[in-house]
Amino acid sequence: MTLSSIIWTVVKILIVVGFIVNLSAILTWMERRQSAMMQDRVGPNRAEITVFGYKIRLFGLLYPIADAVKMFTKEDFIPPNADKVLHSLAPMLSLFPPLVVLGVVPFTDTLCLDNLHEVVQKNGVVASNWHFFSSWIEQPSCSLPGAKNFIDGCCVIGCQTAGVVHQPWAEHFGTCPANVAPGMIGAIHMQVIDFNPGVLYVFALAGMGIVGASIAGWSSDNKFSLMGGLRAASQLVSYEVAMGLSIVGAIMVYGTIRLDEMTRWQGDHVWGVFVQPLAFILFLTAAIAETKRAPFDLPEGESEIVAGYLVEYSGMKFGMFYMGEFIEIATSSALLVAIFLGGYNMPFLHRDGITIAVGDAVVWKQHIPHILVILMQAGAFFGKIFVLCWFQMFVRWTLPRFRYDQLMKLGWRMLLPAALANIFLTGVILIAFDRTGTEFQERMGVVGDFVNLATAIAITFVQLWIVIGFFGSTQPAIRRNAFNKRARSAGEIVEKALAS
Amino acid sequence: MPQPLVGSFPYDKVKGTAVPKPTRTASEQGYVSEITKGIAVTMTHFFKNTRAMVRGERPDPVVDPMSEGITTLEYPDQKRPYPERFRGVHRLTHRDDGSPRCVACLCCSTACPAQCIYIEAGEYGGKDKRHGYERYPVKFVIDELRCIFCGYCVEACPCDAIRMDTGVHPVPYDSRDQFIYGKNMLLAMASQAGKQKHENPRAEPPDADYGPIERLAGHH
Repeated sequence: MTLSSIIWTVVKILIVVGFIVNLSAILTWMERRQSAMMQDRVGPNRAEITVFGYKIRLFGLLYPIADAVKMFTKEDFIPPNADKVLHSLAPMLSLFPPLVVLGVVPFTDTLCLDNLHEVVQKNGVVASNWHFFSSWIEQPSCSLPGAKNFIDGCCVIGCQTAGVVHQPWAEHFGTCPANVAPGMIGAIHMQVIDFNPGVLYVFALAGMGIVGASIAGWSSDNKFSLMGGLRAASQLVSYEVAMGLSIVGAIMVYGTIRLDEMTRWQGDHVWGVFVQPLAFILFLTAAIAETKRAPFDLPEGESEIVAGYLVEYSGMKFGMFYMGEFIEIATSSALLVAIFLGGYNMPFLHRDGITIAVGDAVVWKQHIPHILVILMQAGAFFGKIFVLCWFQMFVRWTLPRFRYDQLMKLGWRMLLPAALANIFLTGVILIAFDRTGTEFQERMGVVGDFVNLATAIAITFVQLWIVIGFFGSTQPAIRRNAFNKRARSAGEIVEKALAS
Repeated sequence: MPQPLVGSFPYDKVKGTAVPKPTRTASEQGYVSEITKGIAVTMTHFFKNTRAMVRGERPDPVVDPMSEGITTLEYPDQKRPYPERFRGVHRLTHRDDGSPRCVACLCCSTACPAQCIYIEAGEYGGKDKRHGYERYPVKFVIDELRCIFCGYCVEACPCDAIRMDTGVHPVPYDSRDQFIYGKNMLLAMASQAGKQKHENPRAEPPDADYGPIERLAGHH
């Protein structure tokens, strides 16, 4: 391990942890403000600081800071009969796993440090003779038999660069030219831990979340805590199973358990949500259940067990549980993005730029320097996480809580069989797909391109809709009813009286 | 001895109509479509409200309190105007020269059911025109914690010297002594429209239009 790799690891850790911790702080604000918007309230907007005589409120964005100050300065109370070691250990155990889960999730494609200003193609070949306004790079001709076209530094069927025959789409994506050249820093994999277990590591750590909650429940010396801890344990174990099995179908399709390779597969084909829609829904449900929030907030169940395993916690220990919960939202969103929503990929945004192509027909092609592509990918990844967190908030503030037996029924009798059925179905379809000819598979590839096109159009449309809807010039219609009319006339009388 | 609750429920012995179990369709049992519907409702609210918030087009909480959308009144910043005849904190009205209109007749403190008004009457000085003619309050103290805001003092006052038209409700303070309003405090209050004078057309001695009744000098 060289010094530069250590530095880069630290940088990557800072990026991931910094993002996730800050996002969790923003999520605490977002949850209150968003729920307020959903319920026709104003929400928190009054925390203010005075800078040079100006009062700054920032739409309530200062609340997380005020919360942090409050949490740190509050009394740290441990019940007299509680197990002091375990009582202090539990918040750490529940904050730690969600923080480190993101270690295996790639947030951009491999960064080629020596070719930031150049166009790096999919297989790592650098196109040196490009400029912004000519969309085509002079390509070497494809001399291989059966090769139709030369896209992204590769012939469509197989390609020959520097005397090596590569298979397109497969293991050579994400390589950099610096790998072979001596004396260069080389390729940087944009995930903190670059190792094979991938998804297994994620599940191993996600399983640790149970330990934190149940230890908290047991060590507090409180019956409500204990019941909350028990509920947390049983709920998390139940949904862990459904979560793990729901992802097996996706693993079968991608043929790998490494999250970076899963992401690349989705970039080359379609997003996982389109090949595994059932698995997506199951994983989303199980992930929301794992975060222990409504409609699965039985471990906290305010109405029957006060606050569950959190009853005896105060100050920053409670803050750590709280933070862990919000970080879990972010990490589960990140996993959903990496496994089902294309990770850092956007439709038609490839390693060498934007190529809008359906099948072999290239509609539009624009090469983009490597650094810009990397930045766009990072933006896409973090943006998708944010949108998914936003969606999870909607679920939390829309649905009422399950009853405990309903929760167990949903986990064991609905999600689990559905996950098993999904595995079986995926297997059958995969075998059937392998038996079909090349022609059919190529046709499915074209279908995939159309799906990508539809995704791109949908994303563009939604963005346009939001921009036009928010900043367009139409006046909103205030619906007036009889009460309003009366109130309006009364208000006018008052205003007149005040004016006179 | 009561029978233990075992076996099936005795439906044949209980009189009444059976409430049928609600039937659920497949889409209801499958959760997904129903959840989508629910989220569609909340999303509609979210986008409408966020948009109104961003563009500053929220319905006026005073004028359109029952509109769809956020009609919350953000209290210390926005205030709903009180009705014209709202009984707020008391004020003592002024004469033209700024002296209190009150003649310390003790009508208000006598009428007060909560006995929260304390008045110490005093004579005007020898040089004053009003010397020997009317008195003034040396001390005029109202305990706003005791006050029940019935308005009897205003009714009882023959001079329109005490009014409750300030439009200010009693403010919470840190300690009890801050609730005891003295003469200067009461004189400093103004009505909702900002007037410190009285509303009664009858003029009193230092007022400019006072004329008809003139006391004989030196007569006590």
